[in-house]
Amino acid sequence: MSLNIFVCIKQVPDTMEVRINPKTNNLDREGIECVMNPYDKHAIQEAINLKAEHGGKVTAITMGPPSANAILREAVAMGADEAYLVSDRAFAGADTLVTSHVLMRAVEKIDKDFDLILCGKQAVDADTGQVGPGMAERLGIAQLTFVDEIMAVNDGKITVKRHVENGHEVVETAMPALMTVTDKLNEVKYPNPLSIMKAARRELKSLCCDDLCFCTSEVGQSGSPTVVSRLYTPTPRSKAVIFDGDGATAVSKLVEALKQNKVI
Amino acid sequence: MSTEKQYKDIMVFSEVRDGELQEVTLELLGKARDMADASGQRVCALLPGRGVSSYADTLIACGADKVIVVESNVLEKYRNRYYADMLEGVVEKYKPSILLFGATSTGRDLAPRLANRIKTGLSADCINLEIDSEGILIQTKPSFGGNIMVEITCPEKRPQMATVRPKVLKTPEEDASREGEVIREEISLEEGKYLTRVIELLKDAKSDQGLEKAEIVLIGGRGMQTKENFDELYKLADILGASVGGTRPAVREGWIEESLQIGQSGKTIAPKLIFNFGVSGAVQYTVGVQNADMSISVNKDAGAAIFNYSDYGIVGDASEVVGILIEQFKQLM
Repeated sequence: MSLNIFVCIKQVPDTMEVRINPKTNNLDREGIECVMNPYDKHAIQEAINLKAEHGGKVTAITMGPPSANAILREAVAMGADEAYLVSDRAFAGADTLVTSHVLMRAVEKIDKDFDLILCGKQAVDADTGQVGPGMAERLGIAQLTFVDEIMAVNDGKITVKRHVENGHEVVETAMPALMTVTDKLNEVKYPNPLSIMKAARRELKSLCCDDLCFCTSEVGQSGSPTVVSRLYTPTPRSKAVIFDGDGATAVSKLVEALKQNKVI
Repeated sequence: MSTEKQYKDIMVFSEVRDGELQEVTLELLGKARDMADASGQRVCALLPGRGVSSYADTLIACGADKVIVVESNVLEKYRNRYYADMLEGVVEKYKPSILLFGATSTGRDLAPRLANRIKTGLSADCINLEIDSEGILIQTKPSFGGNIMVEITCPEKRPQMATVRPKVLKTPEEDASREGEVIREEISLEEGKYLTRVIELLKDAKSDQGLEKAEIVLIGGRGMQTKENFDELYKLADILGASVGGTRPAVREGWIEESLQIGQSGKTIAPKLIFNFGVSGAVQYTVGVQNADMSISVNKDAGAAIFNYSDYGIVGDASEVVGILIEQFKQLM
């Protein structure tokens, strides 16, 4: 049974050391390099591994500005067969609800007859993990989140180990299904220079707001129910009282302070 | 189109996992109670599952005015689509203005599914909630690994939904004298509608729940330098009756298992007392310990950021100080 697999990926800043611009009160993105979200690399790798085992096709999609083509090329270099950029000025400022909607339409437009959709468990910039489950709901298909291992794919069913608080849950579901994956399920293989060069020359496809039959009011910031009302840098809670002297003296002072505070 | 007027009250999704009511539910009830009192609303706990109704008293004692019990064989084990169907029915009938979940493997799986079904806003993994005079929920969440805090609101759509990280809100004191109403809700759910089954739960051999419940926690970071030095923390832990955790660098070095990692990409803890040994104090870490009552740090760099998040500090070699602490506490205890 060959598998028709979609992988949803996202471009994220290469560093978490972002600052708020005091003038605009927005994030200062200037000069910050962008990369593929680390969990999404594992999703691409898993799709390629599944294709190697079962045959089929891997399609990478991302919603973002035209610069996000860079991560689509990376996905192609890793082994994805097709890549689509879902991009439109009207999509800017979308929250997770709208992003799920847009990506769901993109999948339906490209190929309704899929078996699996893979996503990283969350993007490391906003850490929400909401777009995958949102897409599964909108597509009316099963969802398996926080997947550490795919145990079996056969007879139109998939069995996985999902990471839960006190261990792992073994869950089986009928496909089509959407899965969000952790960094546990495979080792990402970095593409060789030839694949990278080939991917650089590949023509990538794109879909805009019109292609997906949205009114501009349904998408982007205007279609998003949530609003970012404030951004700020967390402030340190307290400055420590430092005990000085040699090790033994400092520790004695500390123990004394703990006694006075009735902590011990 | 949802209008704000019909929607009222604060609903808390009460999570029972493997037969146990999860602590985060109580933490949410405490916060919901405060917000309800401030805004003239009521707190409603939704308690779905099988054989769960005995928890209704606890939910009331922790702040619920009303408990909606939905008992069904179909809901015995958590399966997202059945739970989403159930919640859709409950939201339709009770119209809560705010709907809260723990940011657990269940909450983070279920809440986005539901939000997309009922087309409302949802914020993820919040570390604080406040309510304003208009009943708008102000949801604070860390972004960029904790470097930036974001406040999110959902001004028009209802309910306003959020998942909240465990251990960031205080568990309320149980008050057995509180009174509340228990409603048994029948929601028709048909087994077999969705082809998903939970085959088994493979529990971790070593329970890491101890770390989250411990009153005293010792954390080792990169400054512990070697596995041998790191292992000395267990001696000190034995003397103090403490649990041991690690920073991401310590986990990467292989000094401690990943399930005991503290911080944005690990666990959040709120012990009475925490010791940070050789921890630099990157926000990715401090976001996971900021609710500790008292914090003590040892680092050889006097300018280390961790001292900005600590009550007491010692500038010195972390493993050397661990050795001295072992000697001094041995004599005390």
